[in-house]
Amino acid sequence: MQEKNRGLALFTLLVFLFLLGPLLIISFTSFEPGTVLKFPPEGFSWRWYENILEVEMFMTTFKTSMFVSLAGNLLALALGIPAAYALSRFQFKGKAALNAIFISPVLIPGIVMGFAMLKYVIIVYDLPIYAGLLAGHTVLMLPFIIRVVASSLANFDFAVEEAALSLGAGRLETFFKVVLPNIRSGIIAAILIAFLESFNNVDISVFMTGPGVSTLPIQMLTYVENNFDPTIAAISVLLMIVTAILMFIIERLIGLSYFTKR
Amino acid sequence: MKNKGLYLLLLPGVLFLTLFMIIPIVLTIASTFFHEGSFTFAGYRQFLTDPYFIKILLTTLQVSLVTTIACILLGFPAAYYISKLGPRKKVILLALAIFPLLMSSVVRSFSWMIILGKKGLLNSSLISMGLIEKPLEILYTPTAMMIGLIHLFLPLIIITLVGVMENIDPDLIKAAESLGASRFTAFRKVIVPLSVPGLIVGSILVFVGSLTAYTTPALLGGKQRVISTFLYQNAITLNDWHRASVIATIMIVITLAVIFLMNKLATKLNPKG
Repeated sequence: MQEKNRGLALFTLLVFLFLLGPLLIISFTSFEPGTVLKFPPEGFSWRWYENILEVEMFMTTFKTSMFVSLAGNLLALALGIPAAYALSRFQFKGKAALNAIFISPVLIPGIVMGFAMLKYVIIVYDLPIYAGLLAGHTVLMLPFIIRVVASSLANFDFAVEEAALSLGAGRLETFFKVVLPNIRSGIIAAILIAFLESFNNVDISVFMTGPGVSTLPIQMLTYVENNFDPTIAAISVLLMIVTAILMFIIERLIGLSYFTKR
Repeated sequence: MKNKGLYLLLLPGVLFLTLFMIIPIVLTIASTFFHEGSFTFAGYRQFLTDPYFIKILLTTLQVSLVTTIACILLGFPAAYYISKLGPRKKVILLALAIFPLLMSSVVRSFSWMIILGKKGLLNSSLISMGLIEKPLEILYTPTAMMIGLIHLFLPLIIITLVGVMENIDPDLIKAAESLGASRFTAFRKVIVPLSVPGLIVGSILVFVGSLTAYTTPALLGGKQRVISTFLYQNAITLNDWHRASVIATIMIVITLAVIFLMNKLATKLNPKG
């Protein structure tokens, strides 16, 4: 019995080695002093971290990515919180259909969505690429915002809201003073999850590039196709650190069960 | 009054999605049936008789199928192990599985370029151990794509299965064992059937994810096209938007068909229903 568990433990260890090994390898190679990516690195240097700052395209695309992910996040919150509230609070006709519509962006293949948006939002609606990128990322984030906010509303006792209303508080006032503070951690977690989803997105962004407009992942993709120096490894390490911090905060806020429940 | 309030809450989101997602998608699909103003299936006929496209479609399906099976074989035992751990260890292992899932797919695919390249870690280790003389050509092949996709989606099936296995009553296994079942039999007859719903959801996520993934095949597949990189090539490189729209529609149909069929299977196999 013990024997079998040890086998299973070893198997699990190997699975995790497969999952995390490549990320460790990439981290080591980022400190390579030479110009070619090598594992193990032949020394230690920060030069490729400095190079990130020197390649202007990384800085501009980073700013675009940050802007699109943050502004799109605000937009998705403004659209998503009221919708999540309506869907959790009230029973009404057509609720299932509306739920399906709000979740549908995750069912459509990303690459198809990117192409359709290029075809209509950029060409037919004639919006600037930057605006199209923002709209695309808002659509992308909306289902995540709605899902996380709705699940924290599911744990909220609406009797509290009723009490405030019956004591004479207005609907809007009640929402901001009673409901919102109670689902605060859910909202912050929703912001972070949607941010990661948007910041890492390739499928939509890859169609929304134009003169001077591109996001960091697309710039990385282009860079990798033409260069094999450790700059991308250095960026990867920075992204890993930020991701780990955000994941830790999400765990503190709503626990990891958000990821395991489907 | 109540109804008016409801509309105000829901309408902005619905309008936004309609304008920026539903209309573009619906019109993209509709556009595939019209060529120079008249209704036609020519776009599809041309496609489904083109051996090059059929080959891409088959490669995509094959890569996705192998990826899904590999993810199940690797993920199921690992998920079982994690689900049996105490809360502290479980959180740590779950976090380690979720972490790569939250990482950029560019980073994750790039790491495999370092490992699988001609002068990469794998080849240089095998050569220095004397196991091979010439470097293996793995990068820019379907095998590289599969490895990258398994790496991409394995965490997804692990965490989905842990979510399901956690809820299996441990007394059921004890009961099976006390009735004389061996540990393995108890696992096979209790854990496996009760995990089927999670297994199906996980498999849908992995299969559909592999079918539509773009970054990994673009970086690791080289000249070998799959359906998503073929869509991109037609839209951007070749500027043939009619063909790209046909491919997009085929992708939507396959995705929805897989989700529909697997959900049917899930209801049929669900031991509770």
